[in-house]
Amino acid sequence: MGTRLTLFRLESRPEASKAMVYLSPLIAVGMTIITAMVMFALLGVDPVDAIATFFIEPISTLDGVTELCVKATPLILIGVGLAIGFQANVWNIGAEGQLIMGALAGGGLALAFYDQGSILLVPAMLICGTLGGLAWAAIPAWLKTRFNTNEILTSLMLTYVGLLVLSYLVHGPWKDPEGMNFPESRMFHDSALLPVLIEETRLNVGWLLALLAVAAGWVLISRHIIGFQIKVIGIAPLAGTFAGFKEKKLIWVTLLISGGCAGLAGVIELSGAIGQIVPAISPGYGFTAIIVAFLGRLHPAGVFFAGLLMALTYLGGDSAQITMNLPNAVTGVFQGMLLFFLLASDVLIRYRVRVGRRNIHTRLSE
Amino acid sequence: MHLKAKLGVTVAAAILALGFANVAQAQMKVGFVYVGPIGDHGWNYQHDQGRLALEKALGSKVSTTYVEKVAENADATRVITKLASSGHDLIFTTSFGYMNPTNKVAKRFPKATFEHATGYKRLSPNVATYSARFYEGRYVVGKIVGKMTKTNTIGYVASFPIPEVIRGINATYLSAKSVNPKVKIKVVWVSTWYDPGKEADAAKTLIDQGADVIMQHTDSPAPLQVAEKRGVYAVGQASDMTNFGKKAHLTAIVNNWAPYYVARTKAVMNGNWKQQDTWHGFKEGMVKMAPYNSVIPASVVKLAEDTRKGIISGSIHPFAGEIKDQSGKVRIPAGKKADDGLMAGMNFYVQGIDGTIPK
Repeated sequence: MGTRLTLFRLESRPEASKAMVYLSPLIAVGMTIITAMVMFALLGVDPVDAIATFFIEPISTLDGVTELCVKATPLILIGVGLAIGFQANVWNIGAEGQLIMGALAGGGLALAFYDQGSILLVPAMLICGTLGGLAWAAIPAWLKTRFNTNEILTSLMLTYVGLLVLSYLVHGPWKDPEGMNFPESRMFHDSALLPVLIEETRLNVGWLLALLAVAAGWVLISRHIIGFQIKVIGIAPLAGTFAGFKEKKLIWVTLLISGGCAGLAGVIELSGAIGQIVPAISPGYGFTAIIVAFLGRLHPAGVFFAGLLMALTYLGGDSAQITMNLPNAVTGVFQGMLLFFLLASDVLIRYRVRVGRRNIHTRLSE
Repeated sequence: MHLKAKLGVTVAAAILALGFANVAQAQMKVGFVYVGPIGDHGWNYQHDQGRLALEKALGSKVSTTYVEKVAENADATRVITKLASSGHDLIFTTSFGYMNPTNKVAKRFPKATFEHATGYKRLSPNVATYSARFYEGRYVVGKIVGKMTKTNTIGYVASFPIPEVIRGINATYLSAKSVNPKVKIKVVWVSTWYDPGKEADAAKTLIDQGADVIMQHTDSPAPLQVAEKRGVYAVGQASDMTNFGKKAHLTAIVNNWAPYYVARTKAVMNGNWKQQDTWHGFKEGMVKMAPYNSVIPASVVKLAEDTRKGIISGSIHPFAGEIKDQSGKVRIPAGKKADDGLMAGMNFYVQGIDGTIPK
């Protein structure tokens, strides 16, 4: 039995401070800003100016605020769905694939009716999109409940299948016949586009659906019996089973909810912001939403704010490039630091740091 | 408290300053949107070189902005809108996927001017399109690679089966075959414009299949680097890539956007900008050849240069008939030259190329 020489070690706290659990995202944001200011100063840029450009300039106009909402819509929608699943220890990592399949289901409908308008088109697309994402998430749900496969792997791998399906369709049968062989579909009919809320902007009905999802998610988690079961199964699976909760049912429910949300987000992105099917529908919203879910403490209200913050880092990246000539990598650095500080403060909330190594005798007597 | 107030004032001042800058500027603001990183040393790098040349040429009369790595989806519309709404008078969007976003934003900002590279839609009067006749460069390169290959096999790393890329493959093949009747061309499609890993794998596969000259229609120097390592030749893409493989780099087809960017910016300044579709080649200087590697025999360099000069004078046309497609059907009759319409929509391989175009 060798003894390890450790200068620092982590000792778990008897109880994590509840206040701190909710404060840690704020601490992470604060630390990110401070570190970013140091970074800007080292780059020779006025730190206060840079932070203002990054966090305030993007939302200083109505256009900016609406763009923030447009960018946050998929993040919030997917984040809420994922948060519900994560609370039940169901790890859907494949929201990106579900988003794509939802977009294809809704977008396919729009292409089928590209030359004829109908007020029913948008509602039908939204339903198809939701069902598309839901169906894609049903595969890992079935595999997990039937064969006990790991949903992290199956849902993630299905993302790549989804990307290939998208790539096949835009390079093949769904390619714009008048598009000179370029890989993108026709433009949708005007009636296949989501109604805009504020004229001259891109803010659309999708934003309202995201808000609705936050409210519904909140009710489900805190008021509904399913929400209670999700939390119990997540914290103490055995206790849940003894209480008669059906774990398989919860796996199905949570995966279908998160898949449906992702699919809806996909069709909203197509019909609200893009207007045709392109090879890169999503810049990784399905993955970014995982960060959003954790940053939001797996609570729908938290996800709402986290989604806005994450969206702001993208818009801030644009501003930093346009007004300060800073490189695009700044956005990545911001997001990386945010996650790093969040994880670091979470660790410190649950553990405390002790200097030196623990007495070997106490260890043996345990 | 004190600090907070100070911060608030600074922030307010910063916002005011931003607003003031927009009003008080006498300079013309020109924005550029790039699909990849400016450090790709290919497509985006050359557009940025064009931007820098524009700054140099017009000095304090112009200020430029660029946004890199803008995805060809909802993000593109946001970034182009942002540039238009922050007072940019002229905006160059430099990737095909920006076509619909550019036209959408142009409709909303009729006072700004938009220039979209490689597209074909000009839906409002303030949108122009431009591209370069890269196939002219391919035709010059074809003479060199046809003479330099010992295995009679040219490897070609291709991105997407769009007319632009197919045209390049055809031009290369026709030219190489004219100096080496035994030459074959092998194409690997990588379905990306920029992915060094995939591009390198494709180059390795092609070399394993006997190719001893690697050409590419993708943006990273990775295929060239593979060629250098494996001791075969390669041709650079978009910029002079000599530094990524001094022995392998025979030459490169250089995209030279600077003259166009300067001319169009001046046109907006002078108020005589007009909507048009520009397709420039060697003659106008939009396509250039990088220095020829010293391993190329003088006779071959002369052949290449004569070809280039012939294209400029009009005595040589890469797609001069008779040209048949793979099925043997005559596409360009003897004595005729392909017109721009035919070239812009080229979706067939010429006779002699093996393999099929992916659908």
